[in-house]
Amino acid sequence: MGFRNIIGRRLGLGLVRRRKPFSTATCDGDGNGNAKSINLYSAINQALHIALETDNRAFVFGEDVSFGGVFRCTTGLADRFGKARVFNTPLCEQGIVGFGIGLAAMGNRAIAEIQFADYIYPAFDQIVNEAAKFRYRSGNQFNCGGLTIRAPYGAVGHGGHYHSQSPEAFFCHVPGIKVVIPRSPRQAKGLLLSCIRDPNPVVFFEPKWLYRLAVEEVPEHDYMLPLSEAEVIRQGSDITLVGWGAQLSVMEQACNEAEKDGISCELIDLKTLLPWDKETVEASVRKTGRVLISHEAPVTGGFGAEISASIVERCFLRLEAPVARVCGLDTPFPLVFEPFYMPTKNKILDAIKATVNY
Amino acid sequence: MRFLSESPSVYSQCYRVLDDAGQLISHSNFVPVSEEVAVKMYSNMVTLQTLDTVFYEAQRQGRISFYVTSIGEEAINIASAAALTSDDIVFPQYREPGVLLWRGFTLQEFANQCFGNKADYGKGRQMPIHYGSNKLNYFTVSSTIATQIPHAVGAAYSLKMDKKDACAVTYFGDGGTSEGDFHAAMNFAAVTESPVIFICRNNGWAISTPTSDQFRSDGIAVRGQAYGVRSIRVDGNDALAMYSAVRSARQMAVNEHRPILIEAVTYRVGHHSTSDDSTKYRPADEIEWWRMARDPVTRFRKWIEINGWWGSEAESQLRSSIRSQLLHAIQIAERAEKPPVNDLFTDVYDNIPSNLREQEKLLKETINRHPKDYPADVPI
Repeated sequence: MGFRNIIGRRLGLGLVRRRKPFSTATCDGDGNGNAKSINLYSAINQALHIALETDNRAFVFGEDVSFGGVFRCTTGLADRFGKARVFNTPLCEQGIVGFGIGLAAMGNRAIAEIQFADYIYPAFDQIVNEAAKFRYRSGNQFNCGGLTIRAPYGAVGHGGHYHSQSPEAFFCHVPGIKVVIPRSPRQAKGLLLSCIRDPNPVVFFEPKWLYRLAVEEVPEHDYMLPLSEAEVIRQGSDITLVGWGAQLSVMEQACNEAEKDGISCELIDLKTLLPWDKETVEASVRKTGRVLISHEAPVTGGFGAEISASIVERCFLRLEAPVARVCGLDTPFPLVFEPFYMPTKNKILDAIKATVNY
Repeated sequence: MRFLSESPSVYSQCYRVLDDAGQLISHSNFVPVSEEVAVKMYSNMVTLQTLDTVFYEAQRQGRISFYVTSIGEEAINIASAAALTSDDIVFPQYREPGVLLWRGFTLQEFANQCFGNKADYGKGRQMPIHYGSNKLNYFTVSSTIATQIPHAVGAAYSLKMDKKDACAVTYFGDGGTSEGDFHAAMNFAAVTESPVIFICRNNGWAISTPTSDQFRSDGIAVRGQAYGVRSIRVDGNDALAMYSAVRSARQMAVNEHRPILIEAVTYRVGHHSTSDDSTKYRPADEIEWWRMARDPVTRFRKWIEINGWWGSEAESQLRSSIRSQLLHAIQIAERAEKPPVNDLFTDVYDNIPSNLREQEKLLKETINRHPKDYPADVPI
């Protein structure tokens, strides 16, 4: 079982901001076989290749997927599997998801791409009113479990309002779908394959920031990682931190610095936000007595609020301090002001200290 | 420089086979229908009409909470269903129970869903008339308008990939064509070359909104060309015309891998639903005229009588038999138990997740503490 840290650095607008992908100390538990050092979009690409080669009723479709996609996640698929299985759709998110539901309802694996999570909203009705309720409303006569919707999400340094959003909270409020967010290449491949093969419709948000920058050893074979199981990626005893996706690397940096001040941090990757693994988070909070949640999405009504409420319900007497949330501001995602908007390492570190010293 | 006019120089022709007196219009080509099929079609139209009358009454009596009739649209329902095969996949809106009826859904099964009892395939989760049957290839109705249209395209694409001798068929009203999902689906169907038939029941009304407030195009069929989709306008109250059009459409869809748009012109004789009183927004004599003078059931009856395939004795026998079967089915459905409260929690996902198991446990405790808050006919 090996892991590797790679420092990614990005220069933008004269500011240097380090986003260092963290170690994946425990993941698929299977260290056998060949593993190659690849980035996130390549890992996703591998998962898609495997999905299509292992199931001839799997399809990949969306805007611009044919030539490889704007983030290169679908490279080589059309050449290898043909344009009947890998194809461009018209520019219409409600059509992409509506079509995907119909395809999935006939027993196929419909892997739909939404070009940016910022553009998923036209499909919101199809996701909430149709996909999420398809099985329930039919009394289990029908289902669209074969549907997986992939979308790049999150800050990228220069994305502004419409190339940076983290809309996961909207979807976490919808019984009937699953919401999954990977933190790294190795996680992404295994989780995406699980999502594709899960018999429920899934929304899979990919941290676009990590597409090129996160590089990790990823096994070349077909493997799956479990859904609805959170992972403790760093053990600690003074405070529990909970996050997902790209934000975990920022949180890990904060944990490293806190350690220098003698604060032992436990870091949990939620991985699946809906249905989420309350048991793992609760067990950790019972150990540490403190919890801090961090996400890029605006703080009000963000998924951190759900985690906070649940933990307070379950662990009130154990808590030594209020639940801390270090999140994006309640504004549209700004361009020039992105560094101010973001939940940075230092904001997290300040909150860790405040919580521990409460 | 020439702008394309906003309206065609000639309105879309309307394909018709039978005139209002039930006589064949000369020079009109159509797919012939045998006596057996014609009588089956007519019986189903009468059954649908009677089902609607009896269930509407049942709602008025407070026995079911809600109902939607298809009065005036029996020809669209039954003739289109007759022209399809049982392998064709149907994505309905909510005014097409006749398609289910044709395929063999029983009066008892209709009643069970309307009463939401234990035998309802939908497990009591949805309002009345939200039927569905995987056995009969009829996807479960959802109240949302037009959302089913792109589903039909995806399903049609699947049929094409599997090289099945089958197509997808989806129904919607004039109002539904204003939704984005209609536009999305038409476009996707053309680009993906999918074998799907779009049947628009242009019945003149979307609740209280007449078509003049709905669109300014010459109806629906003209829109086909805008998407690269072959289309036809049909007299929706002419069972033979509907049958022929859907038969031809199916052949083209399956053999040529193309979508077809059918605009069936009709009139919504009933109110939008039991929550509506349409005399508030349209003249009562307009409704009566369509109910009597343009009734598709009467028109088809005249044709089969002319052929010597039907008579008044068969008519009264059929109507009284269906009516008593319906009343019996309602009685049985009404007395049947509701689904257990456990069905509140199943099928949200394929398996019940831990948060729902926890909620079920808490709910059972609450029920024990406050049993009077809960309906007595839902088993715990």
